[in-house]
Amino acid sequence: MNYEQLLIETALADERIVVMTAENRALVRNAPAALKGRFIDTGITEQTMIGMAAGLALRGRIPVVHALAPFLTMRAYEFIRTDVGIAQLPVKLSGYIPGFLSDGNGPTHQAIEDVAIMRGIPGMEVYAPADEADLVGMLPAIWSSPAPAYVRINHKPGSYMHTPYVPGKAEIVAQGKDVTLLVYGFLFENALKAKDLLKKEGISVGLINMRSLKPVDEAAILWAAKVSNRLVTIEDHFQTGGLYSIVAEVLLKHRASAVVDPISLGDRWFKPGLLGQVLESEGFTPEQLAQRIKQANSYQTA
Amino acid sequence: MTRIEIENLQATALKVREHIIRMSQGGGCFIGASLSCVELMVYSYARVIRRDRGHGADAAGNLGRDYLFLSKGHDVPALYGTFAEMGFLAPERLGNHLSTADSIYWHPNRNIPGVEFHSGSLGHLPSVAAGVALDCKLRGGDNRIVVITGDGELNEGSVWETILVANAYGLDNLTIVVDRNQFQANIRTEDLIPLEPLEDKFKAFGCNVQRIDGHDFQALEGAFAGVLPAGKVNVIIADTVRGRGLPSIEARADRWFCSFTAGEVEQLLQELHGNINATIESETLVVR
Repeated sequence: MNYEQLLIETALADERIVVMTAENRALVRNAPAALKGRFIDTGITEQTMIGMAAGLALRGRIPVVHALAPFLTMRAYEFIRTDVGIAQLPVKLSGYIPGFLSDGNGPTHQAIEDVAIMRGIPGMEVYAPADEADLVGMLPAIWSSPAPAYVRINHKPGSYMHTPYVPGKAEIVAQGKDVTLLVYGFLFENALKAKDLLKKEGISVGLINMRSLKPVDEAAILWAAKVSNRLVTIEDHFQTGGLYSIVAEVLLKHRASAVVDPISLGDRWFKPGLLGQVLESEGFTPEQLAQRIKQANSYQTA
Repeated sequence: MTRIEIENLQATALKVREHIIRMSQGGGCFIGASLSCVELMVYSYARVIRRDRGHGADAAGNLGRDYLFLSKGHDVPALYGTFAEMGFLAPERLGNHLSTADSIYWHPNRNIPGVEFHSGSLGHLPSVAAGVALDCKLRGGDNRIVVITGDGELNEGSVWETILVANAYGLDNLTIVVDRNQFQANIRTEDLIPLEPLEDKFKAFGCNVQRIDGHDFQALEGAFAGVLPAGKVNVIIADTVRGRGLPSIEARADRWFCSFTAGEVEQLLQELHGNINATIESETLVVR
């Protein structure tokens, strides 16, 4: 089952669901025919779409809202914060092509601050599935919750057989003594391969698929800090406000300490191109990740 | 409407103005813009919104009801003054203005019975109202949805964006009432970002447009009762006077947000009833 099939199936079974898009139909091509009036395309109007989603939610609907992640989270940010956030309405935001997935579009289309700004809204949940199977496994819980939520949509097929999603919990893929990799979203796949490469070198590597960034699985982070000598956060996000910040906040909150090295985009937009080339030029291929993980303070070398 | 009905509405409007004036002391309020929209508010709640169907966030489960959204949120004194007169809100609570012990502050919030949605950030509620209107259409209801916007608020692109979408979806159950009081904060609209010819702009965006005297209940009745082409958003441009009812304040750029002394409030209440001309000494040119 893919994203769209799940969405249509869910909407057909629950008339509270309405599907909205700001003229981005990539994920929902078949929804208009299947859902008729409950498919609402507002055109290129992210602000109006979010305001209308709030209005529909006031009437008992659960809008599942689609747009490219940067325009959804930034063009409409104040509408999300003010209309959805203050009222705590169950509006479900599906951000398309977040992070590296905007590949050749350029900085205008790079949502690499989305985790930081969306988790800054009180009550807003933030999710980042590792691949399509993970996405489809997480969505039923996300859509049926009364909370507003932002999902970093990642519908790339993955190779890993995931464990079932438990709301608010991370997926612990491997335990390691030397280092534990904390990763979310599309980079899970390459982090998994990097882990295997390092394992062949005799390094004991743990791996956690974060899945839910808000609420975050604090216990999983504290556990990793305890069982590993080092933590490395891996994210296609600016260094500010993403997973590196989240881990720091959790450690501080619990008066815990750990050596944590970030692998992120630092404080700059990435060079656009075909996805494979972007990964290579930014140092996120499995081989490059394996090398960077071995270095302490890898951010300083970026 | 009969003469008696009009006189009753006028009497209610006078009481709402008294509430507004009283809320202008002890921290102040947006008195000018509140006074301009009194008739719009009183008429809407008295004659458009069918209050017997339930009203406000407390009636959230009642899908058949009508909605009024105050998008120019700084008109709280007019809104809550009207609520007090309509029986939604105990009038003595207006005395809690700006007390953290209550929720009566400068912008509307859903802790106050009757408020459908919070506002304060301009250009938001047309879209929220359009979402409500679209759902009412989807469910086949005969709901009426009214949004009151300011004229300065029309600077916000989101208002026009929403009108494009609302007309694309044929939301003729939506009526946007523009409180055309000619001012935005401390500047005349036409001196800053000119809006005229305003009817032409709304018409070009596909709306049914009427322009009336926004202080005339008969004119409001005519505008809301008008049989208009279906499938279009209805816009009523209500020409109003900022500070209406208080000659010492009317149509003055420096009487937007005012904080008066108790003595000035007493004078203004007298002025409202035509007894004296108030002498205002408080500094009132406040930019917020």
